[in-house]
Amino acid sequence: MRLTINDSAVETPAPAPGQCLRTLLRESGHLEVKKGCDAGDCGACSVLLDGEAVHSCIVPAGRAEGRSVTTAAGLAPGDELHPVQEALVESFGFQCGFCTPGMSVTASTLGPEDLGDLDRRMKGNLCRCTGYRPIREAICAGVGGGAGDGCGGCPTAALASAPAAPVEAEPEPVEAVDPAGAPMSGGVGDSVRPPRGREIVQGLEPFTFDTVVPGTLTLRVVGSPHAHARVVAIDTTAARAVPGVVVILTHEDVPRRRYSTARHQFRDDDPDDTRMLDDVVRHIGQRVVAVVAETAAAAAAACALVRIDYEVLPAVFEPEAARSPGAPVLHPELDESDRVHESGRNVVAALHGGYGGDVDAALAASAVTVGGTWQTSRVSHAQLETHGSIGWLDDDGRLVIRSSTQVPFLVRDELALLLDLPRERVRVFAARVGGGFGGKQEIFTEDLVALAVLRTSRPVAYEFSRNDEFVRSSFRHPMRVSVTLGAGTDGVLTAMKIDVLSDTGAYGNHAIGVMFHGCSESIGVYRSPVTRVDAEAVYTNNVPSGAFRGYGLGQVILGVESAMDLLAQELGIDPFDLRRLNAVRRGDPIHVTHPDHEEDIVWGSYGLDQCLDLAQAALRRGNGVEAPAGWAVGEGMALSMLSTMAPRGHFSDASATLRPDGVVVLDVGSAEFGNGTSTVHRQIATTVLGIGGDRLVLRRSDTDLVGHDTGAFASSGITVAGRALHAACTKLRTLVAGLARGVVGGGEGDDVFAGDVAADDVELGPGGAIVDGRTVPWADVLAAAAPEDLVTDGLRASVEERAYVRSLAFNVHAVRVAVDVETGSVRVLQSVQAADAGVVLNPAQCRGQVEGGAAQGLGSALLEEVMTDGAGTVTSSVFRFYRVPQFADVPTTEVYFARTSDELGPFGAKSMSESPYNPVAPAVGNAIARATGARVFTQPFSRDRVWRAAAEAGATGGATATAS
Amino acid sequence: MDVTTISSFRAARTRADLALAPGEVPIAGGTWLMSEPQPRTTGFVDLTTMGWPDLEVGPEGLRIGATCPIATLVEWAQGRQTRRTTSLATPPSDWAALALAPRAADALLASFKIWTTATVGGNVCRTYAAAAMISFAVALDGVAHCWAADGSERRLPVADLPTGDTTNALAPGEILRAVEIPAAALRSRATLRRIALAELGRSGSVVTGRVDADGAVVVGVTAATSRPVVLRYPGVPTAAELRADVEAAEGYYSDPMGPADWRRAVSATLALRVRHDLLQETA
Repeated sequence: MRLTINDSAVETPAPAPGQCLRTLLRESGHLEVKKGCDAGDCGACSVLLDGEAVHSCIVPAGRAEGRSVTTAAGLAPGDELHPVQEALVESFGFQCGFCTPGMSVTASTLGPEDLGDLDRRMKGNLCRCTGYRPIREAICAGVGGGAGDGCGGCPTAALASAPAAPVEAEPEPVEAVDPAGAPMSGGVGDSVRPPRGREIVQGLEPFTFDTVVPGTLTLRVVGSPHAHARVVAIDTTAARAVPGVVVILTHEDVPRRRYSTARHQFRDDDPDDTRMLDDVVRHIGQRVVAVVAETAAAAAAACALVRIDYEVLPAVFEPEAARSPGAPVLHPELDESDRVHESGRNVVAALHGGYGGDVDAALAASAVTVGGTWQTSRVSHAQLETHGSIGWLDDDGRLVIRSSTQVPFLVRDELALLLDLPRERVRVFAARVGGGFGGKQEIFTEDLVALAVLRTSRPVAYEFSRNDEFVRSSFRHPMRVSVTLGAGTDGVLTAMKIDVLSDTGAYGNHAIGVMFHGCSESIGVYRSPVTRVDAEAVYTNNVPSGAFRGYGLGQVILGVESAMDLLAQELGIDPFDLRRLNAVRRGDPIHVTHPDHEEDIVWGSYGLDQCLDLAQAALRRGNGVEAPAGWAVGEGMALSMLSTMAPRGHFSDASATLRPDGVVVLDVGSAEFGNGTSTVHRQIATTVLGIGGDRLVLRRSDTDLVGHDTGAFASSGITVAGRALHAACTKLRTLVAGLARGVVGGGEGDDVFAGDVAADDVELGPGGAIVDGRTVPWADVLAAAAPEDLVTDGLRASVEERAYVRSLAFNVHAVRVAVDVETGSVRVLQSVQAADAGVVLNPAQCRGQVEGGAAQGLGSALLEEVMTDGAGTVTSSVFRFYRVPQFADVPTTEVYFARTSDELGPFGAKSMSESPYNPVAPAVGNAIARATGARVFTQPFSRDRVWRAAAEAGATGGATATAS
Repeated sequence: MDVTTISSFRAARTRADLALAPGEVPIAGGTWLMSEPQPRTTGFVDLTTMGWPDLEVGPEGLRIGATCPIATLVEWAQGRQTRRTTSLATPPSDWAALALAPRAADALLASFKIWTTATVGGNVCRTYAAAAMISFAVALDGVAHCWAADGSERRLPVADLPTGDTTNALAPGEILRAVEIPAAALRSRATLRRIALAELGRSGSVVTGRVDADGAVVVGVTAATSRPVVLRYPGVPTAAELRADVEAAEGYYSDPMGPADWRRAVSATLALRVRHDLLQETA
């Protein structure tokens, strides 16, 4: 078929009759056309067809014959970018970057007349990372020629001129400066733009599947139609007869060993309750058979022909019923040695404890008690890049897996264990990852791919569809959280009683960690003399839950912060003041179920007081956005605390290698998936080494690069991996200084080896080390090095960071909302978040993390819910039924940073990637309650629930309630 | 997505070509057919090669070819000169109700990028309760002109076409040829209100209303009910009467786009807002 792609005449093989344009373009080498949903909902595959934007995934390929297609890589001639793309690069308009090519294509069709209607014009492009504010600004700048005058009708322009324009507080001055004493451009504290921006906006930066491995087979699975069943027989005769089928795998072909799809530093953190393919299925959609074939079409055809006989077993879907007598037991054969607490009651994890005495007595003796029970829903991570991996054998016969993962080293370790291979015979790496949010701290595809590669000795790829994400990946744990608070009339807490029931679904991946973590900083943030916590995580025959941004905290924080709001209302105390009265202060012990301080938590800094002040002041200032006439208005706030890494250890190796050409190669294990660490890591190196980004090469997320890395989760990219890199760069600089001094002085370098002063005295110039104004060529420096410090590339300094102690970060979110009580519609008029991130190493990026977390929080608060039919079938299994926030749904969040400097983190920095999400939902719920007089106890506070609660409370419009 | 079960893609050029072999389905824009696996379908028969005119204006009213892209209808209704509308006659100036077309399109979850591919007929024939082209046609007493497999033809109100969410009265092999909108309805004053669980999400309720030249009022409820509900009044009903009628209507249903009780309540609220619009416009 002939067509024109990016102004080049192209002749492709005839498309298959049911083929879409997206795959035809990718088969023609245009890997810049991404797949987010493959169903026309997300816009990641947007291209221009004869100049008009279309979703290429739903255009029949044959209809492009003789027509002209323009992709994100062809919006401007040669190496140039379209003005919108330039603006996206300039204004931090992407984080993971997976949606960005499609976003660029759609935006390129807009004109100044569209700027007042961006919500509608851009509703067909979803971004999960940014919260849209920087994209909106980029479009205004790119289309209108400047955010100021070019977009009069643009809501952002209106906001930007409002009194409370979003601003970051000035970051703390950073001590590290270059040897000349001037602030180092591109170093820490600077808003350095993420690397590879020009490639990302064009779609040219490769993600997991943006590579061609010749001869790759396709793996597809057959899912269970039953929520609980025993597999009696599998007949693959007809399936094997499909031309192109290479191998079909069943439970008889996989290792007996059980494992968990969840990955942690210590594999014993999760229950061994999963088999690669099992003869018992415990949720609808669970994979039963894997088909490996030459083409996706053959694999799909064969999957349809696999005959499976099941013996259907009784199933249970409600967590309370699941732990009650008589419930079907999901994992009867497991016990404590498998890390399942009480399998006979379907309880995988339990926490029962407290301190300070009898909580019921303390509550009874309290002047005031308030309480309630809150329920959260399943939330999909909705990373635009689905899960998937490609595996092959390298020239040495070693198993290689290229995966969309946050934890390549942990995947490598578990694959080696499962397949009985030495670790060094397995390599796992991640290219750029298209979003994570915790969902890629799991093994969902790599295990089957690895097995299939070993069985076939051929490359194998398994890429999730969007539907797969909804039926066989994981969701945020739904939790029922009951909170009762006791207090004196002065508002001082006298008792806290918490009961948590978490639904982990059919498997316990992250069940234990999420439950324990959920009941930690959420409760420990308050100084209560008497506290009691009862929590259990139970198996049900629902799709499994897993790690999700916030890791259980957000669910419990919803209960605690909503109950705190009830207390504030009951006593007529300002909710900010109530927190000031009861929240921990620097030096206070942090404890949850025992009287002793958590020994691995240190008070490296404290910024909650500033966060409360900043958020309250912003809310008082307002932003000039008015409520529609007749809508009820209310304000709400909530706080959250999060430790700066996971408990019990997070490990990172890093190295810095000086090449003879003066370039320093940085090797880290952690992955880049929009978290921005690859930017900050380069900034750290720039500041420590005193050299610009043009002389830095960062390599990451590959088990071949360094010895170990726990992975990019628990917000550890800066606080652990960053620390490791900081130490490696410091070590390299010290090493170079010693060597250069040795060369200059003609003596042994050892004399000055250890001194920091000596290290700062020596500059890493482009041609060599500069000592006392004299340049020692790099070849001479390297020649002087000890053999053990030399590797093929050059002079290498390595560090193994083993972090055990944690500090604490804080966030306060505040909103003013308007509610149409007749329909339940909620509009967030003002959204404010104050964050205690320590020293902010990259203000623009950190602002983006806070905005993105707030946007995801708003989605969870108001829109997002994975629905089931109550019998295990997910009914919202594609994006058109699952409400990922669109442009129209996300207001600008004003971001303020506390001025603190942490004693633990590199340059005083703390983590700030998960935590902005946590306080958003309770803040919104509290505002709705104050606006309408009706509190909604089930999250999301969707329009139907708000309407129902308001109707039951007899709420009327027009009332105004303030939080402060 | 690649629909891997499809082994033939056949262009239809004559009515005889529309005879469907086992496993074949007609395809227009294909925006739904290409968005999901189609396990029971083995062939597509392309309607867009039939050469049906997109929009025909006559004394009886507007005839919308089933393969007319939604974008064409919207652009033409807005009086915009685009590559799609340039060869079309401009709409009669007194067809005020054409203003409903872009508002109905906005009620779709699909963005403008889909409208250039998706067709009016495809949207009607997929027959989602939330199908906004059904909302548009129902608002204006649109008639479905259908070609049966045996060569016969029939016409039925678009409001009677849906039999439920995603099911309709078309017989096997029967093809929607056009949607016809009577001129009298096009000369009415019409309005549309909608709501979804997200601001621009898939509709949970769409309520339309119009006042004809003789003062008669027609209110349509779609998206909230599994089949369209049409309420007819000789004049503007009282608020209480309208609310009672909308609340008493049959077919409010629950799915991920909203539970039935909320859909019933917000449909009544939207109907009152529609009434308010109509009173303002007639004042």
